[in-house]
Amino acid sequence: MHAIEKILAKHAGKASVTTGEIIFAKIDFAEINDLYLQTVYSFMEMGGTKVWDNNKVAFVFDHYAPAPTIQSAKNQAEMREFAQKNAFKHHFDINAGVCHQVMVEAGIILPGRLIVATDSHTTTHGAFGAFGTGVGATDMATVLLTGELWFRVPEIVEIRIEGIPAKGVYPKDVVLHVLGKMKADGAVYKAIDFTGSYVNQLGPAGRMVLCNMAVEMGAKTAYMQPNKLVMDYVERVAAYPFEVSYTDPGYLYEQGYTFDVTHLSPQIAIPHSVDRVRSIEDVENVKVNQGFIGSCTGGRLEDFESAANILRGKKLPPFVRLVIIPASTKVLEQCMEKGILQELIQSGATLSTPGCGPCLGAHEGIIAPGEVCITASNRNFPGRMGSTDAGIYLASPATVAASVLNGHITDPRNYLT
Amino acid sequence: MITTFVGKAVVLSNNIDTDQIYPGRYLSLIDPKEIGAHCLEGVDSAISPNFEKNGVVLAGSNFGCGSSREHAPIALLSMGASVVIAESFSRIFFRNAINLGLPLLTCKGANKRIRSGQMLEIDIMQGTIRVVETGEILLCDKIGEHAISILEAGGIKPLMRKRMGL
Repeated sequence: MHAIEKILAKHAGKASVTTGEIIFAKIDFAEINDLYLQTVYSFMEMGGTKVWDNNKVAFVFDHYAPAPTIQSAKNQAEMREFAQKNAFKHHFDINAGVCHQVMVEAGIILPGRLIVATDSHTTTHGAFGAFGTGVGATDMATVLLTGELWFRVPEIVEIRIEGIPAKGVYPKDVVLHVLGKMKADGAVYKAIDFTGSYVNQLGPAGRMVLCNMAVEMGAKTAYMQPNKLVMDYVERVAAYPFEVSYTDPGYLYEQGYTFDVTHLSPQIAIPHSVDRVRSIEDVENVKVNQGFIGSCTGGRLEDFESAANILRGKKLPPFVRLVIIPASTKVLEQCMEKGILQELIQSGATLSTPGCGPCLGAHEGIIAPGEVCITASNRNFPGRMGSTDAGIYLASPATVAASVLNGHITDPRNYLT
Repeated sequence: MITTFVGKAVVLSNNIDTDQIYPGRYLSLIDPKEIGAHCLEGVDSAISPNFEKNGVVLAGSNFGCGSSREHAPIALLSMGASVVIAESFSRIFFRNAINLGLPLLTCKGANKRIRSGQMLEIDIMQGTIRVVETGEILLCDKIGEHAISILEAGGIKPLMRKRMGL
């Protein structure tokens, strides 16, 4: 069996599972963000009063943090009341950050654990050898009621990534390249196991970028066998017991894909689809109005460091803006300690407090018709960041930094020696 | 459970994501009627106001990809869609729709053989689409047993209430 199948089997109380089988699995942790007051309503409509386990559920207020409208403020207020009434052991209010970052930092995401969250980017947690998948509000209500959820045991495909790219080429470039080849429907309903020499040397932050974007290929979940860097991290933060799963030798994947990233250039997904990926050489000189560095994809310490390395001591040109939003308060503190935020602000960046920011077009940097935003976030669908007549280009944080510095898409390698 | 419908087709392309089905800027709305008014606004804001009750949304591959927002099937239901037919569905959208009692049929090529505005007769259980104008019949994949049991109960909420003994 594959490690993913072992995790599912264990949580279903079975010795083994097979592809396509429907199982009922026990959930280790359920997270609901502030878009999903509907979960509470569905829970009550189903006859629920108390959640199945108040140590295994948390609300994270990230999509609308702090609340920009009366309606979102009311939704959060109702959720706070529910969390208090149920005496949730964990609660992440508007001062916390993006759910996929804060759960990791709180030691909730650990190898072998089964995590569901009301957010499609829950695939991120495969970076730690956990099974993470997104669910809707009403699916989540059944979890709050019973602690279980039905799953179809997915086909598992292997994406093997070999080689180490040159300086200036980051995990975001690697995953955009893979996505461009696999396409947006390349792994619908399937689980992706990322392997290979590139993955083996990646630490938690880089791994999170790859697993995060797995959902953009339609994947149900992503997985990476934990390495020493991951084990060192989880052992330091763990708030629950955990057990690493291992794939049996000789396991046969449904399909395998191999990518060599040794000679990869920085990659860009152009409007309006995540799989319209080009090498930077083909899109340089596209004019940009705004850059965004943040979100569950590109808002970690490493991301701001790579941007600061390019912008240090330089100023954004007039009429170009850069929005920076650390993915969590912890990231914000780390960036402040290192002086990175101060440097970015001196370069002309606009800082907002931790949360999803403009990634989904809710607030804090929405773009106007005709504008172009180059972003370290994850989606460039029409209207994702505001106007449907705006263009969104997905790139690494370094490419975002180099591009806003010049007012047009620019290769970050020009600034790295 | 109603298993046959007659409705007018609205034909869409591949990779219709949940931002197009229900734009992020309306996510804090909770009244289903208001939500339905913005359905498919990211594709064309004229779709929802002109949508006829029991209409059929018909798309290419990977329908419902992107965010996990349940507003997407809520919007489709509130707009009056009786069924969504696509070449394939994204996983979270599939679960959300079935949980809310919105039937989904998977049918290869239907979006290329049917035009917007054509009347369709749909049989959910048999998995058939009949184009009224031409009499052509298209076959869809059958819905899985587990999904059928949820749809038959009227969605996951009534099913859970029954399980809770309510």
